[in-house]
Amino acid sequence: MKRFLQLAFFTLIVRPVLLIILGMNVRGREHLPEKGPAVIVANHNSHLDTLTLMALFPLKDLHRLRPAAAADYFLANKWMSWIASNLINIIPLARGGVRKNPLADLEAALDRDEILILFPEGSRGNPEQRAEFKRGVAFLAKARPDVPVYPVFMHGLGKALPKGSMILVPFNCDVIAGAPIRWAGDTSSFMAALEICMNGLAAQGKFQPWE
Amino acid sequence: MKLPDGLPENVFYAIAAIYGLLIVASIISAVMKRASPGEGTAELSRRVTSWWFMITIFTIAIVTNRVVSTVFLGFMTFLAFKEYLSLIPTRRVDRIILLFAYLAIPVQFTFAHFNSYGLFLTFIPVWAFLFFPMAMTLIGRTDGFLRAVGTISWGMMITVFALSHTAMLLATDPAIAGPAGGAGLLLFLVALTQFNDVAQFTWGKLFGKHKIVPKVSPKKTWEGFLGGFVSTIALAAFAGPYLTPMSAQYAAVAGAIIAISGFLGDITISAFKRDLGVKDSGGLIPGHGGILDRVDSLTYAAPVFYHAMHFFVFSGRI
Repeated sequence: MKRFLQLAFFTLIVRPVLLIILGMNVRGREHLPEKGPAVIVANHNSHLDTLTLMALFPLKDLHRLRPAAAADYFLANKWMSWIASNLINIIPLARGGVRKNPLADLEAALDRDEILILFPEGSRGNPEQRAEFKRGVAFLAKARPDVPVYPVFMHGLGKALPKGSMILVPFNCDVIAGAPIRWAGDTSSFMAALEICMNGLAAQGKFQPWE
Repeated sequence: MKLPDGLPENVFYAIAAIYGLLIVASIISAVMKRASPGEGTAELSRRVTSWWFMITIFTIAIVTNRVVSTVFLGFMTFLAFKEYLSLIPTRRVDRIILLFAYLAIPVQFTFAHFNSYGLFLTFIPVWAFLFFPMAMTLIGRTDGFLRAVGTISWGMMITVFALSHTAMLLATDPAIAGPAGGAGLLLFLVALTQFNDVAQFTWGKLFGKHKIVPKVSPKKTWEGFLGGFVSTIALAAFAGPYLTPMSAQYAAVAGAIIAISGFLGDITISAFKRDLGVKDSGGLIPGHGGILDRVDSLTYAAPVFYHAMHFFVFSGRI
């Protein structure tokens, strides 16, 4: 039932909206993983980011995609919580809590060959402005060093639906996927490699300022 | 023969002829690809394949009925305007302004659909032109005001206003629209504009030497332009009597108008893209780029052709 709902949601609502109202320019689609375990890492501008990344994959793989999302935000009320767990199929993360291993759920998902979607900027922040990646993704890569990490740069969704707005304004959006990187032995070099990848992807597009 | 919604027979034959040309183009492209495999011929082959899709979608849109045709033309305009707004720098405070700008499209195409010439002609150049700066003034952010007003106004004119002339052509009173009605006029304009693009490209590839505007569009040559010009005039003189109320001589003049204005539209959009540092306006059509890349010639050809028709032909002056 949950799988059916999710399929219907993506086929009837998400994909048509992304295709007709927004419009996607996808580059480097061939880099995206065909199967899990894998980690997708992207910059974060909008609620649409997660849906867009999920829509890049074939419908048959939809249920294997697991966006990690903040529990305090997405499970805050009944409606949001229902959508987050049934239609988006998130893995809730506790922010700021003290737990033995905050990444345990993510590691378990990777062990089930699922594809994680992470936004290491943390929150959506200022739309269309990159924020520094948090190091959690490096700890995850360290815990599962064989799992490839795929950097994806996105532009435009923050213009279409920025934080704090309920009105969707049509804009073409760019999604640029890159070749995967892997854990290379220490946290700071992993984070630096990821940063270089993201900068390289961002530089493939020619984006005008939006302020 | 009974055709949907009284579609004139000549439109049907013209579409059949276009598919004939397409088949010839596909054969030539396949032969070239076999003779010299490489990125150049692969690109040509992608372009031809995209033509199959575009011509088929356009055909379905114009043969179904006029409401479908107008909605289709409005949707193309929406895609072109969206590409434009996505490429230019915009201000965060103007998001709501842009939403209203999009809403001008259904309004403008409704005026076109009902052939209300006065409203059609004033809605964007007068009312939208006055409304948007006013709304932006009321929002109250003045830095970047002139740039925002200028870019949004020009964008609405060059995409929404200019391209809505296609729907206006379609809505022409059947009594004066000629043997193939408004659909025939639209087909005449669009087919010749696209034919002119392809002909200029082909002549330019074969004989191109002397550049016209090297800083804007380095591939445009006098040889290409003149070859396209002559080819388009010849085709217009042949097709005109079937698709428009014009005789062959006047249709040839219309062909010349389409060739020149189409070329000007093409290089004007090129200048805009070059300013922003992009080659293509989008990635929607393989081998062609975005919608704006495909309708660039039409942004000039549609209004110029429409108003030439309106002034000289529909009025009965010639």
